[in-house]
Amino acid sequence: MTTTQVPHVNYLVLGAKPHLEANECTACGARFFDRRNACASCFKTEFKKVSVATDGIVRSFTIVTFASPGVPVPFVAAIVDCGGTSVRGNLINVDPTPEKVSLGMKVRLATYSLGADDSGIEAIGFGFEPA
Amino acid sequence: MAADDIYILGIVMTKFGKHPDKDTVDLAAEAAMGALKDAGVTMADMGVLAAGCLMGQGGIGQQIQKQVGQTGIPVYNVSNACATGATALRTAVMAIKAGETDMGLAVGVEKLAGVGLLGARPASNSKEWTPSGRFGAVTGTDGRIGTDNMPGTFAQVGMEYGHKYGGATFELFAKIAEKNHAHSTLNPLAAYQKRMTLDEIMNDVMIAYPNTRSMCSANCDGAAAAVVVSGEKLKTLSKEQQRRAVKVSASVLTSDPYQEACQVLPDVNTLTRIAAKKAYEQAGVGPEDLNLVELHDCFATAELVHYDNLMLCEEGGAVDFFNSGATWRTGKTPVNVSGGLESKGHPIAATGIANIWEVCHHLRGEAGDRQIEGAKVGLAHVIGLGSACGVHILEKSAL
Repeated sequence: MTTTQVPHVNYLVLGAKPHLEANECTACGARFFDRRNACASCFKTEFKKVSVATDGIVRSFTIVTFASPGVPVPFVAAIVDCGGTSVRGNLINVDPTPEKVSLGMKVRLATYSLGADDSGIEAIGFGFEPA
Repeated sequence: MAADDIYILGIVMTKFGKHPDKDTVDLAAEAAMGALKDAGVTMADMGVLAAGCLMGQGGIGQQIQKQVGQTGIPVYNVSNACATGATALRTAVMAIKAGETDMGLAVGVEKLAGVGLLGARPASNSKEWTPSGRFGAVTGTDGRIGTDNMPGTFAQVGMEYGHKYGGATFELFAKIAEKNHAHSTLNPLAAYQKRMTLDEIMNDVMIAYPNTRSMCSANCDGAAAAVVVSGEKLKTLSKEQQRRAVKVSASVLTSDPYQEACQVLPDVNTLTRIAAKKAYEQAGVGPEDLNLVELHDCFATAELVHYDNLMLCEEGGAVDFFNSGATWRTGKTPVNVSGGLESKGHPIAATGIANIWEVCHHLRGEAGDRQIEGAKVGLAHVIGLGSACGVHILEKSAL
């Protein structure tokens, strides 16, 4: 494989064990997926990179059947509790129906290809699949 | 009436719905002039104007002045998502509390008919994967990492409540919409006045499970405006003005304090609960004293969680509370007797004043067919994502 890969977002770490990485406040432990100037919880300014658990449970979801132009539907948007860190992501590799998706279901992080751009670079996205 | 109390002296809302012949400034002017007339005062009496139009280009307050009277008073153009109207009202209230004036005007207006999905942006699909934005995303995240749209966001708010406490089924949420669509049949100013059966609601177009189209707030045009006055000034006005004046027993605005999960799903609960608690303390009343509540049912899934957040029921008890019939207009705590955002409609910046108008209408005994008999105390709640929450508690005049 000569294809170069890039993650969909900068908090997705690719490699042998793909996972999400958060900026954790060294003072209070609050976690953020984007960069922060100061902690929203305690106002301190030091952060360290931490790995987020890849296993989690579905704390909330919706099955979106009507979305913005260009966004393929249906898809399952969910909030996943990954060992105490709440993560936003789609549920993938599962039928997007209320019969197949349930609150409290166990899921794990999974990656998939978003395709290659004009220079042959492949973007990798993430979602959560039934565990 | 105590000198430092604040009263609503006049308040109106326009018909909500489609107003193709009027622009936002026309609608706002109709509401502003209506509120002044209702109050029995003129622009010459106003010491402050606060106005909002979320989708507007800014400067709505000055544009309104040019239609209703330019007197040189300070104008505050406010923008606070769906809480914009409540923020405008609160701005006028604060100016009076600060002693800068004894009377003020607040206006909220929006033209939203036919606007479609709120929060929708065309998906960006560049031909080159170049990281951009705070997440370094190489392409759009909406639809790939959750949803950015309102129906899905608030669907998750309701489903999260179901995960925590159970019992929050598709049918239950649909029944909430059934109630609000039934209530609006008595409201001539509502955008929709058609009663819908539970089957019709559940079989309507699914937008974001469990919210079907008729469980979503109705985009429409509309405006609302209010004249507020100090208790001291009210004493100098006529007995009739004093009789119709409604006391603002509490006026509270909050933003969302940090909570772990608020980074990934807006937390509409904590700031509402804090605002409600503060409002009950300010007003010296409890949830059990409320004769009616207008709360922010931007989606059926949202109404459920706010029963709990406003402490109308025990913590975790919203499903049982609704199933008891308490929130129907014949129940213990009628909620959204106007039809709510789902049926009355939701012209965003107007909503936070229109819900106060609804409560005032009942407290004044002027609500006609939908009058909640003997209403003395009511609460109006709005929430804007981001987030901002406004809670006002209103009391009937003692006269």
